[in-house]
Amino acid sequence: MSREPILRLEGVSKTFGGLKALTDVSFSLDEGEVVGLIGPNGAGKTTLVNVVTGNLRRSSGRVLFESEDVGTQKPYEAARRGLARTFQIVQPFPAMTVLENVTAGALFGGGADSLADARDKARESLEFVGLAGFADRPAANLALAARKRLELAKSLAMNPKVLMLDEVNAGLNSSEIDGALNLIRQIADRGVTVLIIEHLMKVVLSLSKRLLVLHHGQLIADGPSAEIVADERVVEAYLGQKFAARLKEMHHG
Amino acid sequence: MKPLAQYAAIIVGLVLLGTTPLYADNYILRTAATVAMYGALATSWNFIGGFTGYPSFSTAAFFGLGAYVGTICQRNGIPMGVAWTIATVSVAAFAALLGGIILRLRGHYFAIGSIAIVELCRLIVSSWSDLTGGGDGLNVPLIHASPDAVTRLFLFVMLGILAASLVVTIIVDRSRLGFGLRCIHQNEDAAAMVGINTTAYKIAAYTLSAVFCATVGAAYASWTGYIDPTDSFQIVMTVKVAVMAILGGAGTVVGPALGAAAFVLLEEVFWANFIDWNRAILGVVIVLLIFFLPGGLLSLRARLRRASGGAA
Repeated sequence: MSREPILRLEGVSKTFGGLKALTDVSFSLDEGEVVGLIGPNGAGKTTLVNVVTGNLRRSSGRVLFESEDVGTQKPYEAARRGLARTFQIVQPFPAMTVLENVTAGALFGGGADSLADARDKARESLEFVGLAGFADRPAANLALAARKRLELAKSLAMNPKVLMLDEVNAGLNSSEIDGALNLIRQIADRGVTVLIIEHLMKVVLSLSKRLLVLHHGQLIADGPSAEIVADERVVEAYLGQKFAARLKEMHHG
Repeated sequence: MKPLAQYAAIIVGLVLLGTTPLYADNYILRTAATVAMYGALATSWNFIGGFTGYPSFSTAAFFGLGAYVGTICQRNGIPMGVAWTIATVSVAAFAALLGGIILRLRGHYFAIGSIAIVELCRLIVSSWSDLTGGGDGLNVPLIHASPDAVTRLFLFVMLGILAASLVVTIIVDRSRLGFGLRCIHQNEDAAAMVGINTTAYKIAAYTLSAVFCATVGAAYASWTGYIDPTDSFQIVMTVKVAVMAILGGAGTVVGPALGAAAFVLLEEVFWANFIDWNRAILGVVIVLLIFFLPGGLLSLRARLRRASGGAA
């Protein structure tokens, strides 16, 4: 028998007034898995992450983290449990230094014993993402790619068990994306379960063996990446015929 | 400012104010006590307004409630020191409860909500005549001593409260709480996402901003011997305290107390020399200072250093 999944959603729905943002979404993530979440704009991907981390309260259904129902948790509780996330639009503490930003993650989310301990952990985390040289700069002075790395360092300092990355590659150029990809792979190698929301199929496919597809708030596909990209519904909803054909060629050619 | 420089500034300031009885007359003593009093109020405001970045205008509410609770206790035969303690503790509890409600508001909405608390308290106190004497006010049992001795006593009381508020500020500044409050100031949503219980932290800051105001209010009532709703719950005071803190440097350890000293002294100078125009002149000075020195007086040092570095 396999182990309990680390994160499981059972029939989760979220409505805003009459608008159904998520309808009856169920899936689970196993520990150490790297899973991609794709879907067109407005499909409910970010809403899904918000529901898991307590930024939004689910309207119905259950969110189970390590078999515990966390459907009513607050964002800070999610962070302390080990459910970390990055935001589509980066959220630094702008006037603080890069090191202080990451220290906050280690101290409050990562359960560091003291400020000094948190600072040490923050340094490690900065080293890991390659920002050690920027430790004493104000976070507001970083360029976009570095700010995204800062978000990653902050999340890592929190010792996450599940890390949800909301479009960490949006706005980056291709060499920056390659760097970010390496980083995400290394994070996954540490045993962190990663849910990656991404529009760039190249990124998703190179990282995750399994894909989830959201469309109009419904999970229309969940399975191995190779099968998903060939799925008619997914092609129609998201990828488009032309791109699907190109992917097929790539796989068979 | 380095911690050592901070401690030195605090000690020098407290000694300067505390030694006035050795040489100065009653007027100077009263001014020194007023500086200490507003220093304590501005230092209190700093917890919520400076560290946390929530523009609170509740100061006068805590001050006034402290004055009334202290006075009512004293009138019922409770010794002065105990009455002050009761005032402090009960207003702190009030602030904690109130904070749970009002801190759901952010930015301008919070500012308006917090200023409404002052008016609300004033109206309740002036309507509840059975307990508070309504608009007639209340007399506080007088201290039987010479005017000089009384002024000296309250100078030391206000200095004591100021010192206590500064010590707590230093502790908060260096602790997890202070760090968390700064994170909330910078980006509240991000603060929650790194695991800070933002509600609890904000309530703690709001309560800290009330504690010393209540003690000051109760002590002030005992000092003047008479309180009424209009004098105890002044919108002018609530605004003035925030201005003092910003003037000195909001979010720093010694800035608010320094700003209070500068403000009180300026006010005295303008009162003495321009009796008709003092408010207008003070207003202009405040606008200019905040316009040209948004980081407060403490940021002057950094500016001067940069200027001299550029010249060299």
